[in-house]
Amino acid sequence: MRNLCFVFQLHAPYRLKRYRFFEIGQDHYYYDDFQTEDRIQQLAEQSYLPANKTILEMIKSSNGKFRCAYAISGIVLELLEQYAPEVIDSFKELADTKAVEFLATPFAYSLAAAYDQHEFERQLRLQAEKVKTLFGVETKAVWNTELMYSDEIADTVAKMGYKTILTEGARHILGWKSPNYVYNSSSSNKLKVLMRNPKLSDDIAFRFSDYSWKDYPLDAEKYVRWLSEIPEEEPIVNIWMGYEALGIRQHPTTGIFDFIKAIPYFAMERGMNFVTPSEATKKIAAADSIVAPYPISWSGEAKDLSAYNGNDLQQEALGKLFAVSERVNLCQSVLLKRDWQILQSDDHFLYMNHIDAGWTNYESAYEAFINYMNVLADFLQLVDEQYPTTIENEELNELLKTINNLEKENAELEAELKKAKRAKKA
Amino acid sequence: MKALMFGWEFPPHILGGLGTASYGLTRGMAQQPDMHITFVIPKPWGDEDQSFLKIIGACNVPVVWKENDWNYVNSRLAGRMSADEYFWLRDGIKYDFTRIGTDDLGCINFSGRYPDNLVEEIGNYEAVASVLAHQLDFDIIHSHDWLTYPAGVFAKHISGKPLVIHVHATDFDRSRGNVNPTIYAIERRGMDEADHIICVSNLTRRTVIEKYGQPEWKVSTVHNAVEPLADVDSFTKTPRKDKVVTFLGRITMQKGPEYFVEAAARVLQKTDGVRFVMAGSGDKMNEMIDLVAKRGIADKFHFTGFLRGRQVQEMLAESDCYIMPSVSEPFGISPLEAMQVGTPSIISKQSGCAEILQHAIKTDYWDIDAMADAIYAIVKYPAMYKSLRELGREEVNNIKWSDAGLKVRAIYDKVIAERR
Repeated sequence: MRNLCFVFQLHAPYRLKRYRFFEIGQDHYYYDDFQTEDRIQQLAEQSYLPANKTILEMIKSSNGKFRCAYAISGIVLELLEQYAPEVIDSFKELADTKAVEFLATPFAYSLAAAYDQHEFERQLRLQAEKVKTLFGVETKAVWNTELMYSDEIADTVAKMGYKTILTEGARHILGWKSPNYVYNSSSSNKLKVLMRNPKLSDDIAFRFSDYSWKDYPLDAEKYVRWLSEIPEEEPIVNIWMGYEALGIRQHPTTGIFDFIKAIPYFAMERGMNFVTPSEATKKIAAADSIVAPYPISWSGEAKDLSAYNGNDLQQEALGKLFAVSERVNLCQSVLLKRDWQILQSDDHFLYMNHIDAGWTNYESAYEAFINYMNVLADFLQLVDEQYPTTIENEELNELLKTINNLEKENAELEAELKKAKRAKKA
Repeated sequence: MKALMFGWEFPPHILGGLGTASYGLTRGMAQQPDMHITFVIPKPWGDEDQSFLKIIGACNVPVVWKENDWNYVNSRLAGRMSADEYFWLRDGIKYDFTRIGTDDLGCINFSGRYPDNLVEEIGNYEAVASVLAHQLDFDIIHSHDWLTYPAGVFAKHISGKPLVIHVHATDFDRSRGNVNPTIYAIERRGMDEADHIICVSNLTRRTVIEKYGQPEWKVSTVHNAVEPLADVDSFTKTPRKDKVVTFLGRITMQKGPEYFVEAAARVLQKTDGVRFVMAGSGDKMNEMIDLVAKRGIADKFHFTGFLRGRQVQEMLAESDCYIMPSVSEPFGISPLEAMQVGTPSIISKQSGCAEILQHAIKTDYWDIDAMADAIYAIVKYPAMYKSLRELGREEVNNIKWSDAGLKVRAIYDKVIAERR
C-alpha cells in the first residue's frame, strides 16, 4: 500500500533592529519587535490560521485517516504565544485529534548541528520541552534546520534516543536510489532516515500557480494520479514543505486550500494511506542505508549548506558566533544565553547571501552583515565581561568538567546519605 | 556605419570624467567591425590614440576662406593635419564666419578647456561643425554633453542626418538644483532637437524626462563602463598600522565632502587606527579644513591636494576604503576605478553607478550614520573587506565598454530605421 507522509515546517526569526556600531557597548537590546510581529502576524493570518482550519477539516472529514506532522521552531512557538495565541489554540485542537505528530527541531532553527553538537542537542531539548508544555506530546522524530543531515548529525540524534530523522532526497547522496523508501542511517542502525521527494513537494510549494509550468494547472486528481504512477514497490512518498506555501507562497485565490483539501479524497479512492514520520518508520522496514559524510540540506541547487555558509561574510559571522559557545554556556545569565540562541537563527546568515537572501529585510548582503556583526560585537563584549577571552577554551573545558563532576559527586553523596539515613531508621 | 561624434575632451589630456567616458565608449564601439568613428574635439595635442578612430581638431578646420599656398599650409599644419585635408575641408565653408576671430589659415583658436568665455567657444565650435557637416560623409551624429549639443544640432540641420545626444551630466547635478539659465537653454534645445537621448544612468534619465520635459520613449540609459587597467598589478598596498579611508575628487558641493568629514568624526569617536584622506581640490576645500578643525579630528584627517595621472590609482590602491558621498552623480566612474585596484567602495545611492554595482556599499549621501557604520565594518571585519575586494574586482572587470557600445549601436540602428 502506498503511504503518503505530509510534513509542514514553520519558522520565523526575531528580526534584528538597525544597530549602528556606535551603539556597541551602549545598547543591549537587539530586536526589532515591530518587524518581528508584523511578519508573524502576516504568517498567522494569511497562512497558519486558514491552513490549520483546512487540515483540521481534512482530519475530521476523513475520520482521522488523514494524518500529517509539523516541525515548528521554538521561536515561532514563542512568537505565536505572544502575538497570535489563536494559532497555538488551533494547533492544540490539531494535537487533540491524535492525527498529528509534532517533530523535534532546533529551538532557534540554528545551524548548530554543523558547528557544535552540544548546542544542537540543547536546542532540540529546549524545543521538545516547549512542544510538550504546549501540546502535551513527546517528539519522536527530528526535522533538523533546513533538513540538514550528515552521519555525524545522525549519530548525535540517535544517541539522544530519537528513532527517526528527516532529510532532503538530495540526488548527490541518493545516486540511483529513490527517496520513496525508508533508509537506515549508516552510522547507527537504530535511526531511520526519511527523505523528502523534492519534485512532488515543490510541485505544490513552488510550482502550483506558475503559469509557465508545463503541468499548470494542477488539480488534486492529477496530483494523486502522479502519486499512483510511482512504481508499486516504493512504499512511501514524503511531501514536505514550508507551511507558508499554503496561503502566502501560493495565494488563496490560486485555489491551494481546495487543492489540499481534495487530496485525501482522491488518495483514499486509490487506496492510499496517510502516515506521520514516526508511524512510517515503525511500519516500513529500511531498504538500505544512507551515507552522508558532509551535511546536506534542502536549500538551493547544491542541496548543501552553501546558502548559509558559502561566502566569506557568512563564514566570519558563524565562526565568531560559535567560537564563544563554551563561554556562553558557563554564564549564569539567562538573558545572555537567550540572545545567543536567537542570534543563531539561520535566517541571519541567509540574509548575507549575495544571490538569494530569502525574505530579507536588508538592501544587500553587506548591510545584513554589518548589522549582524555590530550586534554580535556587543554580545561578545558582554560574554567577554563574564569570561575574558584571555582564558583559553581548554581551561574553560577543564572548569566545566570539574563543575560537572562536582555535581555528579554531589548527587552520589546525597544518594548515599539518603541510603544511610534509611538504614539508620530501619 | 559612419558616426560623426562631437566631444570636448579626449585622453591623455583630460579635465574630468567626460574624456574618460568618451574614450572608453568609442573604443568599445570600435570593436564592431563596420563601425567608423570620426571624433571631433576642440584642440587635440597630437598624442591621442588614433588607432581605432579618426580625430579631427576643430582648431585645424578652416571656417573662413583664406588663400594660402599648399606648401605654407603643409608647414603650418605639420603633424596635426594633412594639407590636402585642409583644402578639401575648406570647400565646406558655405557661411560667412568672418565675425569670428581666425588666424592666417582661417582657423579658430580653441582653448579646449573650460574658459570663462565658454559660451563663445561653444558657438565657435558650432561654426566648425557646419564646415564638417558639409564635407564629411556620415550616417549619424553623436554629441557628448551640453558643450557640443549646438554643434550637433547645426550639423543635423545641414546634413539631415539623425542626431543622438549623450547626457553625461546635467546642470541640475552640477548646481544642486540651482540651474544656470543659459546652460539650461543650451541643454534643452539640444534635447528637443535630438532624435534620441542617451543617459549614463536611470537617475539622469529621470532628470532629463522630468526637468527637461522629454518624452520617455526618446530617452534611453546606457551605463558607463571602465577600461581595464593594463598595469593593474603594479599598484600595491603598503602594509600600514592604520587603515586609510579616502575621498577622491573635486571638493565641490556636488561631491558632498562635508558628509565624509562628518562620517569620519563619527568613526573616530569610537575607534582608533583609522585615518581619513581627502584627495583633490576645489572651491569647498578651505571650508572642509575648517570643519575638520572644528570637529577636532585634524590629527587623523589629511588633505593631499590635487592628484594627477598615476597618483590617482596609487592613492586608491593604498586605501582600505574609498568613499563617494556625492549628492548627485550622473554616473561616477571613480568607484569602479577603486574597485579595479581592489579597494572596497562606499557610494551614495544618488549616484548612477549604484544602479549597476552589487558589491559596493550604498548609502544615502546624507546618512552619515550608515556611512560611518559601513566604514567601521570595512576596517574592522576582515570578511567584509575581503568580500568587497574580491567580488568587487570581479564585478567591475565584467562591466565592459564593448557591451555599452552594442547598446549605443542598437540605438543608432533604430534611429536610422525610423528615419527611412
